[in-house]
Amino acid sequence: MAEPMGFYTDTTVCIGCKACEVACKEWNQLPSTNGGVNTLSGDSYDNTRQLDGIHWRHVKFIEQFTETRQDGRWLLMSDVCKHCVHAACLEVCPTGAIVRTEFDTVVIQSDACNGCRDCIAACPFGVIDINPVSGTAQKCTLCYDRLQSGMEPACSKACPTDSIQFGTIRELRGRAEKRVEQLQQAGEKRAYLYGADEKMLGGLNSFYLLVDKPEIYGLPPDPKMPTRNLKSATWFSALGAVLVGLIGVINFRNRGARLAAEEERR
Amino acid sequence: MNSFPSSTYFTAPPDWGWLIVLYFFFGGLAGGTYFLAALIDFFGHPEDRPLARLGYYISFPCLIISALLLTFDLYRPLRFWHMLVESNTYQPLFKPWSPMSLGSWSLLIFGIFSFLSFLGALAEGDRIGWSAARGLHGPGVLAKVIAFIGGIFGFYVAGYTGVLLAVTNRPVWSDTPLLGMLFLVSAASISAALMILLAERSRWTMPGLLALQRMDLWVIVLEFIVLIAVMFSLGPVFRAWLNLWGLLLFVVIIFGMLLPIALNWRRDWLGNLNATTAALLVLAGGFLLRLVIVFSSEGI
Repeated sequence: MAEPMGFYTDTTVCIGCKACEVACKEWNQLPSTNGGVNTLSGDSYDNTRQLDGIHWRHVKFIEQFTETRQDGRWLLMSDVCKHCVHAACLEVCPTGAIVRTEFDTVVIQSDACNGCRDCIAACPFGVIDINPVSGTAQKCTLCYDRLQSGMEPACSKACPTDSIQFGTIRELRGRAEKRVEQLQQAGEKRAYLYGADEKMLGGLNSFYLLVDKPEIYGLPPDPKMPTRNLKSATWFSALGAVLVGLIGVINFRNRGARLAAEEERR
Repeated sequence: MNSFPSSTYFTAPPDWGWLIVLYFFFGGLAGGTYFLAALIDFFGHPEDRPLARLGYYISFPCLIISALLLTFDLYRPLRFWHMLVESNTYQPLFKPWSPMSLGSWSLLIFGIFSFLSFLGALAEGDRIGWSAARGLHGPGVLAKVIAFIGGIFGFYVAGYTGVLLAVTNRPVWSDTPLLGMLFLVSAASISAALMILLAERSRWTMPGLLALQRMDLWVIVLEFIVLIAVMFSLGPVFRAWLNLWGLLLFVVIIFGMLLPIALNWRRDWLGNLNATTAALLVLAGGFLLRLVIVFSSEGI
């Protein structure tokens, strides 16, 4: 297996140009509009609105202004599939359509997916959705086809400010830690890395440098695996089965009830 | 966590709608009626045999409806077999940690048992003249083995849907481990209600019918307790029900649980209509319960 590859996104240098979105759509031949319908969100400069089956990159525009708008800041972030080391989508997929590649990335094989949508409900980041053209669940592949040919993913290649950086996870983590240190020394004490270590789902192969709480960026502060509930939910269901079974056995073996029924019939 | 009560609020809805609500209802009936029929086979009076047959008559058609609903809910229905067989290697695909994978296999296996018991019941009830099928239902060893294994799978099919919802990252569904238990207990109550309803229409008076009514009373009490436990286990996510869905859930509790409990308790309230009314309310309540649970999360 090749060394794990991924993205490090430094949100502090994103300028919201959406070159990543365009490059992604071009390379992956995703429709620019949904069935010819352009939907305006009314939310800042963001008309992409969300990650879904035809938007595998999404530049978020977060406006943090005072009421008078005399003071404030923009938070910009290019969001994408996190290619989690412990991937919820891969874990629940009943068809085996979701696989881990030799680059430690997570890819949905469109020819195997039947559109059951279990992965959509399982993803802790809300990344996956149905592509209306293929009728299958789709998301960023981290340009698996380009990686196989020794090329860089389209989005990071197109990013003019190097907000999106591609490389081996080991190398990217080192680079990101130095950048956090630099920002903190420059007075930006809020800078930190989101998902760069193993604590979050075994590590995110697409991790972020943020300067505010994760939820401000629309990221879950505490993403979890869906199978956390598997054992407890199974045991409680088994308990329910035992209780219903006991109630049934008691009532069907209860001779008093039978006598009462016979009396009633008389 | 600001205004978000749980990390599950950052996820996307899978667009599971009416077909899935109907599947949860008919799947519950398929599994529940089979389990009750098996219970009557094992512990009932010989006079209760028509009641057991009624359970098998309901179970198999409900299972067929369930399979069709699930298939048509897929965006690529012709690929339904990908749930069981790997599409590129044609090897069986079984992921025991994925409730959807395990559920697909369980539906297939339960379908076989449900079909055999259905045939046996038809033969015993003289609805088909195929004598070989008579051994599939009745006092024989083969029939008992089929009923026992089928009953276990029936209960699994009735309850796994709640576990499937819990093994996601969606608000409400994955914020409590009790939905599997709730769906299973509810499956038993709606199945008993449907059997009572049909038996009452045929004016049956076997002792097993009274036992089934008494059983349903206690199962609804259990369902009510489990639903209250679900509400407490949601913690801050309970606010997902502080809206019209919550109001509908309140209606379910009053008319789908507490009123049927009262009607089953005081069986002389509505005279001849008592059992029928209670059964209809339980069935409507069971359907609306699933509707609220599915759609209240889909809307977030």
